[in-house]
Amino acid sequence: MNSKFSKKYTYLAYILLAPSVIIVGVFLIYPSLQSLYLSFYRTTPFGNRVIFTGFQNFTRLLTSDAYWNSLGRSLTFTAITVFLAISISLLLAVLTNKNIRGAKIYKTLMIWPFAFSFAFAGTIWGVLLHPNVGVMSYYIEFITGFEFNWINNGTAAFILLIIASTWRMIGYNVIFFIAALQNVSPSLLEAAEIDGANNFTKFWRITFPLISPITFFLLIMNTLQVFFLTFGIVDVLTQGGPARATDIVTYKLFRDAFLSMRTGYASAQSIILFVIVAGITIFQFRYAGEKVFYQ
Amino acid sequence: MSNFRFHNIFLHIFLIIAVFIISFPILYAFMVSTLDMNQVYSSPPKVRFGDNMIENYTDAWNQSNMGRLLFNSAFISIVTALGKIVLSISAAFAFVYFGDFKGKNIFFIIILITHMLPLPIRIVPTYQLMDKLNWLDTYYALTIPFFASATGVLLFRQFYLTIPESLLEASLIDGITPLRFMWSILVPLSKNNIVALFTIEFIWVWNQYLWPLVTTNSAKVRVVQIGLKMLIPSDAQPEWNVVMAALIMGVIPPLIVYLTLQKSLVEGFALQQDK
Repeated sequence: MNSKFSKKYTYLAYILLAPSVIIVGVFLIYPSLQSLYLSFYRTTPFGNRVIFTGFQNFTRLLTSDAYWNSLGRSLTFTAITVFLAISISLLLAVLTNKNIRGAKIYKTLMIWPFAFSFAFAGTIWGVLLHPNVGVMSYYIEFITGFEFNWINNGTAAFILLIIASTWRMIGYNVIFFIAALQNVSPSLLEAAEIDGANNFTKFWRITFPLISPITFFLLIMNTLQVFFLTFGIVDVLTQGGPARATDIVTYKLFRDAFLSMRTGYASAQSIILFVIVAGITIFQFRYAGEKVFYQ
Repeated sequence: MSNFRFHNIFLHIFLIIAVFIISFPILYAFMVSTLDMNQVYSSPPKVRFGDNMIENYTDAWNQSNMGRLLFNSAFISIVTALGKIVLSISAAFAFVYFGDFKGKNIFFIIILITHMLPLPIRIVPTYQLMDKLNWLDTYYALTIPFFASATGVLLFRQFYLTIPESLLEASLIDGITPLRFMWSILVPLSKNNIVALFTIEFIWVWNQYLWPLVTTNSAKVRVVQIGLKMLIPSDAQPEWNVVMAALIMGVIPPLIVYLTLQKSLVEGFALQQDK
């Protein structure tokens, strides 16, 4: 790109960038630095004084069973959900992308969960699997004898979160996978077929490498969305329970910040979340730079 | 080719089952929203439509003040999506068409950094900032802090980099000014990307939960997501039929936006994929 507007318009570039830069600075960067600052302080119970406490918030967090419980549950939950959401969506997208009748209808009926928020998705599945009113929990018990009760049973509540979040993410992933699959050139696949490749080889040797950039993009997006947005399901349905089984990190952070008003302690949790997000981002740039975006 | 049809039948059966599993929850939510309370709590649970639909929807509408909720959610979603589009196009334009100017790379990094700072990382200080600005419980808190978009800037920047230089050259010969070029040439060309970003951001803002939960309090700015939560008491038996009626009403706007604009969504983002 060599042709540009002349230098006398440089001022205009600054004016055009200013709104974005100011908003990021004021509402994102400045508060993030404040989080770091607050994480070294403790607010007195009436909120009128802050006391410098060094790393005390962090040492208390990292020696707290409740926090490790939250962290462990969040990471397990996210890993399982993202794995399910990506693999199921890929399978569905590959099958729907074939030249079959009604492909459009199938596609539409697969992607609509994306319009639902996590809170809404959780509410629907919460009712489907509700121990008193849910048709699914009724038939699960009728067929297997196993009572699926997310109100009293922590494991059931945890599984409910996974199901509702996976369902929501499938709607998001399928649409991007189908778009990526439509960009795979049919001539490549035909050439492979002439060379005697079967469907399985064609998929793993040709299609999958070609759609790996979008797979990687979805992997990152899914991880961040599931990790942060499942808050909605927890707040609407389980409030962290039963027995802290769904007390994911974002929910614990919310409780400490806005219900117990422990702003320093909550800010330290924010900083730990930042470390996790920064790790994912660095992984993204490193891995994406070398292996995936090779087109 | 002999087993071609045979394969297809299996494929259809598999897809029908998959589509049924994915869509059944929505159908079920709709069914529950038409039952009366006895039917909701009957055993075995009813999987059919009832005749209490009008009553449930009226109840849901009145109890949750649904008219206001829908207006608020629609208002903040549209304003935020448009804000992001305007700011993203301006920034992308500045990055692509003005050569190297001082601070360009730093500004680029500053905008990209938004990806690394999701709300929970800065929620306490951002809340305190809203308090200081007197923005708590107002539309300001729900819109302005979200106007910047790394996704949007990347999307438009990527697209502008693919536009042939000859376009600008020809326009420069005609003596075009930068703003004129942006408004009359780039914006019309960016139609697909604009619609794609609008769709994604409208749904994103409509479905935001944590931020409205902590910054809003009164019915005048309450959004659909929080309105639904308020229909589900944690200490009593919820009226699930009314809850589902509210849920169906609350999902119709993003569903319409999504299903009507999804083609552009794919095209807008697929263009970026090509590069």
